[in-house]
Amino acid sequence: MIVIRLEDLLYSAPLLVLTSSGLLALIAEAAGRDKPVISYYTSLIGVITSLILTFLNLGAGVPVFNNMILQGGYAAYCNLIFLSSALLSIVLSRSYLERMQYHRGEFYVLIVFATAGMMLMAAALDLTIVFLGIELMSICLYVLAGFMRKKELANEAALKYFLLGAFATGFLLYGIALIYGTSGTTNLVVISRSFAQLSGNSLFLIGCGMLIVAFSFKIAAVPFHMWAPDVYEGAPTTVTAFMSTGAKAAAFATFVAVFVRVFDIPGTALSSVLALIAAASMIVGNVTAIAQNNVKRMLAYSSIAHTGYMLSGIAAGNAEGEQGILFYLVAYTFMNIGAFGIVSWVEQQEDRKLKFDDYAGFSARQPAVAVLMSVFMFSLAGIPPFAGFFGKYYVFLAAVKADMTWLAIIGVMTSLVSVYYYLRLVVLMYFCEGESDVAAKVPLAAISAVTLAAVLVILLGIYPSLLVDMTKGFFKI
Amino acid sequence: MDIQPYLLLSAITFVIGVVGVLARRNAIIVFMSIELMLNSVNLSLVAFSAFLGDVTGQMLVFFVMTVAAAEAAVGLAIIIALFRNKQTVNIDDINILKW
Repeated sequence: MIVIRLEDLLYSAPLLVLTSSGLLALIAEAAGRDKPVISYYTSLIGVITSLILTFLNLGAGVPVFNNMILQGGYAAYCNLIFLSSALLSIVLSRSYLERMQYHRGEFYVLIVFATAGMMLMAAALDLTIVFLGIELMSICLYVLAGFMRKKELANEAALKYFLLGAFATGFLLYGIALIYGTSGTTNLVVISRSFAQLSGNSLFLIGCGMLIVAFSFKIAAVPFHMWAPDVYEGAPTTVTAFMSTGAKAAAFATFVAVFVRVFDIPGTALSSVLALIAAASMIVGNVTAIAQNNVKRMLAYSSIAHTGYMLSGIAAGNAEGEQGILFYLVAYTFMNIGAFGIVSWVEQQEDRKLKFDDYAGFSARQPAVAVLMSVFMFSLAGIPPFAGFFGKYYVFLAAVKADMTWLAIIGVMTSLVSVYYYLRLVVLMYFCEGESDVAAKVPLAAISAVTLAAVLVILLGIYPSLLVDMTKGFFKI
Repeated sequence: MDIQPYLLLSAITFVIGVVGVLARRNAIIVFMSIELMLNSVNLSLVAFSAFLGDVTGQMLVFFVMTVAAAEAAVGLAIIIALFRNKQTVNIDDINILKW
């Protein structure tokens, strides 16, 4: 007998409020066209309300809706990441889209629905929900990537993202089908109970392998990263910010939920496969980023490298690794969205001002913005006392504890390489003369969003325990 | 019930879909190959569902069909937007961004 209990609805309030605000914005958009501001405020209010409700929900995780989703605890923590990513992207997008003359209400609706998909992904206790969450998020992102539909570059990015994303969906589904066939259920909790005997079944392992392929596509890990630089470059910059933080965090949250909390992977072949993917992502991402001349593309390769660092936490599969990833995701979200936010102001019509050289002498033109950009670059490079340093510290520590010292060594070596291209931007901003044209005026809402991100990056770098303590009890089901 | 023929058929169709995605150059044909992959999975799910005597698999098939329809709407819209700008749907011609 299936019943929906009142407490199911109460626990899922953040998700329900967010979805309703998306629907409201959609109706408002249909009723009064050419008023994208209505949709902007409706989704902003929805995201903020949902954020507040999530804070109230941070206690222990509770399975709701007949063990289909988990609310509170782990899910609430991840929701905070997605919602802050959505909030910052919405605030940054308005001025960006107005400047690009693509300010339409449906943009915010799509961001809100994509966020709802991410929240479902992190909350999933059933492979059906994993699938639906990933699709809800991805379909919205396909549209967002091609939002500037008169630009060939955006069309191309959307098509590549769509074809490769849908291809990955095929693998995800086949993996789910094989796991369902061998275990007789799609419920992750039930599967976790019989994991020990299932892990001898080759069909089950093929299913797990297919899930790894699909998730690796979504987090852009080598060798499934080919789409990322193209899509990140072609999509509107604020969408890139949202994709590289929220969407990546969501894919990682599901990855952790499925492979760490449910499947007991340490010591199995799956764990070595993940370690190899992690090492390849760190090497390819960092080495290719050096050769880039376009800042958006450099950040895309850097995001592939960061995927590698975070994956080493999953490969380690111990408690430190899990906490490390959760901390890293927060740190990465704020530093990356801040960096992309600044890139979106410097950028002008028709994709100009995206080259490294355009940042020469930036500190003379916009001293405050240059300081913020330096904070994000130092943090991405993993230099203390910024949050990026502790993220790396935790995941590498976990790798060492899991007897994967080689992985930690590769991580540290490639981080050293990454210092070169991050600091190249800082050096250009401060020590080179640039042409003295006036940069776009920075709107107040956008500058407060980026400043907030910078403050959090510094705060988490000084007090990492604020978050780490929160994540301790999340891995018991 | 003997489940193997169904799984074999499903696996073969899936591989045909994968090869189609990797080998064909027309965006619409690539998209059709992806749909073939999804439908081959549906076949597996229904076969497992009948074999296990459990309805979850069949339920999942309905979700897959719904999502595939949504994906088709978005995918075709993207292809049309591209065709309006470039007058081609050949993947080899779509190369401002290097792969």
